[in-house]
Amino acid sequence: MSDQNTNPRTEWPLWEIFIRGQHGMSHRHVGSLHAPDAEMAIKNARDVYTRRNEGVSIWVVEAEKITASSPSDKGPMYEPSQSKVYRHPTFFDIPDDVGAM
Amino acid sequence: MGDHLFEFLLRQGDNTLILSHRISEWCGHAPIIEEDIALANIALDLLGQTQMWLGLAAEVEGAGRSADDLAMLRDAWDFRNSILVERPNGDFGQTMMRQFLFDAYHVELLNKLVNSADERIAAIAAKSLKEVEYHVERSASTVIALGDGSEESHARMQAALDDQWTFAGELFETDAGDHALNDAGIAPLPSSLRVGFEVRAMAVLGDATLIIPETTFAHSGGRSGKRHSEHLGHLLTQMQWLQRAYPGATW
Repeated sequence: MSDQNTNPRTEWPLWEIFIRGQHGMSHRHVGSLHAPDAEMAIKNARDVYTRRNEGVSIWVVEAEKITASSPSDKGPMYEPSQSKVYRHPTFFDIPDDVGAM
Repeated sequence: MGDHLFEFLLRQGDNTLILSHRISEWCGHAPIIEEDIALANIALDLLGQTQMWLGLAAEVEGAGRSADDLAMLRDAWDFRNSILVERPNGDFGQTMMRQFLFDAYHVELLNKLVNSADERIAAIAAKSLKEVEYHVERSASTVIALGDGSEESHARMQAALDDQWTFAGELFETDAGDHALNDAGIAPLPSSLRVGFEVRAMAVLGDATLIIPETTFAHSGGRSGKRHSEHLGHLLTQMQWLQRAYPGATW
């Protein structure tokens, strides 16, 4: 018996699922699921996340391929922008006939 | 022609009804939740198709029966499904092999029925075909993954194929009623679907590294209703229990 049989890897890889709801919209993260490969991840996503007519396009990404920012870096990463109100374009008078921007 | 048409519609509706019930038995028991949901979706697709086929059958019969009456108040000898779909699920591999064999036949049939001279049949087939094209894609890829998988999964899938191959032949059985419907442009001869089925089966089972049994024997008796297996009666006791115990119950 090989090592693989005595120490079976029982879980398939985790995939993050992104669905585009309608043409023109962007894909949105809807959840995750397990699948042996990308093709089956798409099929499983179809069955798990589009059964109520939610989507027209599916992206799958293996969860471990995603590089995420670290929660412990929160201070230096995000706090400096909190005090910089001048980065918001709220100091301009927009002429009425321009309409909503 | 009316009798032949009724018989034909029962055969379609009973195949989808009984297979739907079998697959629904996996609900809550599949190896992983993703498969569980996928199987439930397929069972519901087939149940929706059953409503259309048996609804039309009831209309054609014109005896005041509804699709529900046909599904829930007939006994085993009045069912016209092939024996393949009434067989117990076995393990997951056996279920997927049965599903692939049925799907591969089903997609060939519906591809012809979309051109039926009876536009009610053509409409049901067009709606069903989109669902079944996905069913066969899914079952084929699972059969390939398991057949060409580990030593154990390969052995189980080969056993499943050996066990079920001789039950697939009944799907292509052709009788006088089939000839009458074919002459009228309503439905193809089941025997004419065999070539397309075999091309797909050989490609998928080949990719799955499985060997098709060398036999031309085919079990028979389901689609004629003359000799179902003992499993159908047991299935009906579960499926029809509520309507039998509480006639006319609704909720």
